[in-house]
Amino acid sequence: MPALKVNGHSHDIDGLEDAPLLFVLRNDLKLNGPKFGCGLAQCGACTVLVDGEPVRSCVTAAGVVVNQEITTLEGLGSIDKPGKLQQAFIAEQAMQCGYCVNGVIMRAKALLDQNPHPSEGEVRLALDGNLCRCGAHNRMVRAVLRAAAEA
Amino acid sequence: MGVSANRRDVLKGAGALVLGFEFVADSALAADAPGQKLPGDLNTTPKISSWLRVEEGGKIRLLVGKVELGQGVLTAVAQICAEELDVDMNRLVITSGDTRLVPDEGVTAGSFSMPNCGSAVRQVAAEARQILLGLAAKKLGVDAASLGVADGVVKAADGKTATYWDLVAGGEFEVDATGKAPIKAREGRRYVGKSAPRLDIPFKVSGARIFVQDLRPDGMLHGRVLRPPAYDSKLVSLDSSSVEKTAGVVKVVRNGSFVGVVAEREELAMDAVAELRAQAKWDVPTTGETQDTVYDWLLRQEPEDIHIRKEPVVSIAEKPRKVVGAVYRRPYHMHASIGPSTAVATLDADGVTHIQTHSQSVFETSIAIADMLGVDKSKVHCQHEQGSGCYGHNAADDAAADAALLAQAVPGRPVRVQWTRSDEHKWEPYGPAMVVSTAATTDEKGDIVDWMLELWSTSHGTRPGGKAGNLLAARYLEKPFALPKPVNGGPPNYAADRNAIAIYEFQSQNVTTHFIPTFAARASAERGLGAYANVFAIESFIDELAAAAGADAVEYRLRHLKDERGRAILQKAAEMFGWRDYKKTPGSGRGIGFARYKGLAAYCAVAMEVVVDRGSGKVRVTRVACANDCGEVVSPDGVKNQIEGGIVQSLSWTLKEAVRFGPGGVRSADWASYPILTFSEVPPITVELIDRPGTPFLGTGEASQGPTGAALANAVFDATGARLRDIPFTPARVKAALQA
Ligand code: FES
Ligand code: FES
Repeated sequence: MPALKVNGHSHDIDGLEDAPLLFVLRNDLKLNGPKFGCGLAQCGACTVLVDGEPVRSCVTAAGVVVNQEITTLEGLGSIDKPGKLQQAFIAEQAMQCGYCVNGVIMRAKALLDQNPHPSEGEVRLALDGNLCRCGAHNRMVRAVLRAAAEA
Repeated sequence: MGVSANRRDVLKGAGALVLGFEFVADSALAADAPGQKLPGDLNTTPKISSWLRVEEGGKIRLLVGKVELGQGVLTAVAQICAEELDVDMNRLVITSGDTRLVPDEGVTAGSFSMPNCGSAVRQVAAEARQILLGLAAKKLGVDAASLGVADGVVKAADGKTATYWDLVAGGEFEVDATGKAPIKAREGRRYVGKSAPRLDIPFKVSGARIFVQDLRPDGMLHGRVLRPPAYDSKLVSLDSSSVEKTAGVVKVVRNGSFVGVVAEREELAMDAVAELRAQAKWDVPTTGETQDTVYDWLLRQEPEDIHIRKEPVVSIAEKPRKVVGAVYRRPYHMHASIGPSTAVATLDADGVTHIQTHSQSVFETSIAIADMLGVDKSKVHCQHEQGSGCYGHNAADDAAADAALLAQAVPGRPVRVQWTRSDEHKWEPYGPAMVVSTAATTDEKGDIVDWMLELWSTSHGTRPGGKAGNLLAARYLEKPFALPKPVNGGPPNYAADRNAIAIYEFQSQNVTTHFIPTFAARASAERGLGAYANVFAIESFIDELAAAAGADAVEYRLRHLKDERGRAILQKAAEMFGWRDYKKTPGSGRGIGFARYKGLAAYCAVAMEVVVDRGSGKVRVTRVACANDCGEVVSPDGVKNQIEGGIVQSLSWTLKEAVRFGPGGVRSADWASYPILTFSEVPPITVELIDRPGTPFLGTGEASQGPTGAALANAVFDATGARLRDIPFTPARVKAALQA
């Protein structure tokens, strides 16, 4: 039975191996974190972690990541108990519409896991593939640096 | 605190406040003198119960017609309401943008939310507090003036208390606002003027349900639309038989040149559209303008000429002056939301189509959709749900229309339509291309004597406005709805000619709008409308004149500027930037841009430094300083966030963006073909505010668009001596200008 391991829980995805991981996460597992932005691997809104690596779930077939550890935004904390990066984004009020925020936080999570104390330039570089149209970039960079400093 | 509505709760109106006749009688709340204006949207919806209710469980419900677009407006109105009512913010439950429940406040746009909704809510809450205090005074047997309130608990001098919720007996605030209840003095304010954390952010960082994209009603199907290859294409033939037979495809909907699919799964709907695209034969117009020919096209059209400012030119009569002129151009820019437009629609058994949409204009859009469906307007019900930031009229309403059409084919089943990236890029209405021509005469000191500006533009306003012809899908139906005659917007806000009248004092100023009542590409309202191009032109040209006069750019502006608040903002931005002591290094330069948005709203000045790489022509912005005055500030951080976002977006427009299009269709179809500013290109930005307590809310969401573009051009000129008048300033253009 092909199983998708998401945020520590296993889900049977029999018959959905060819579906984009993003749609399985959003439509079948009813997760709201990963967003549909482009479906073209261009914007980063759909980013999830697969075994700790940032992956664009819009262009990844669900079947490709079975039995790997998938982490979504929901895996980092909840509205009642936000995780460290999530708290930092609240503290910095680091968004406008917030549609891009899933991707930014997930990409930042991967960065901080590998490089717990990045420079501002390293944060910007890591986030360069994540698009934000609202212009909340600087706030988000500050939030990532805050999360790193509070680690 | 929840920010979205539970409709049933609201309809129940549970525990809302009843007002005894007695109280009305002895409260001196007599009718206003005829014609006296109430604050903001209270003029159209004066009844207090339309805005505010005291509800069971210690809650206050606030109902507003303006909607959250990521600009933080619901947090700001919550601050205002909590302040005037003297309750904790977490007691508020907000319902916004539901056509059956909230005041019709028109469109959430034009930086009008704080002036129109914020001012109304402030007055409503103050009046509700006054009414509640009157009730408490009666109950406690004391004078209302002796009562104090903390978090809805009214306290008399003798220690007796009554809560707002005790005072409520059921019913509603069935009285009209009078405009007479006093607004709290600045001292002792708890929320207004302080940065309240945004209510929606905890949801957005954690993946809690908040976006329209997150709705998954039971039995929901996925809809997708097959858009034509290019504007005005006609479907000649389509063999949909194989798609119709595909398991999981519920319906192929075809109505004229409108084709859509409804399927059990999202990826299936997308695959089905791809298959239909391969089968479809279209008649595609072979002529049309391109991003390069559109400027000549604008000048060739038969315009409606509007002389928005006409004054006798003085130079002609007197001694000859030096005459200079310049022409500035902006291309089509897209709103380019990160999340493609999405809506969910359900046709209920009672014939009502319910639509969840991120439209900025739920009321007018619901009427336009009813028009398209050929049903009474009571048969379409729109509810606002948050979407990706829109920055103006994007495809939100079109997605709602698509969902409504597809929902008609599957009664009882909710249909969610999510546009593709390519459709969003190619089919949204763009901020229109413009040509702005300026001329001036100057005296021997180089000061401006006469000032002239002419602009050419198509309409910036094709919002639904209650008319089906403004909805994309409706124009491709078997019986197509025609695009309504495009209009410009007149004074005082203007549209194409927004900010075309310069704030400076000249001996004469003449401004002419050449309004083109047709289109080269689909266009509508985009953040700032004509103000972006007009301020770009005015603030570039004045910089050119300052340079010609050998004057400092800030000092030269001040020579021509009498408006005190304007002067203060200009000087503050210059000071923040370190204008006076600025030391130029090779390749670097500084520039400033300033405007009062619409000539009547927020003052905003932007100063920045750039470094230009002469070899590649690449412009890098190294830092930005901005000063802003939007009247009384409710949430300083909320204002700064808006201003900062506007600066980044305007830098992106001005440095990088132009929609490429032609007879075969739009060629900017994704982020690779329409790049925007990225994290490593965004410069450090500081924003400071001049708060003006006791003065009207001016709104702020669009104030920084124009000044930013001009400051950038001026900085490039300072760095290189090359004057860029054509947006965007791509490396190729900059290189060409450097070699010229
Ligand atoms: S949605 Fe996956 S990268 Fe844009
Ligand atoms: S916050 Fe809106 S796209 Fe980034």
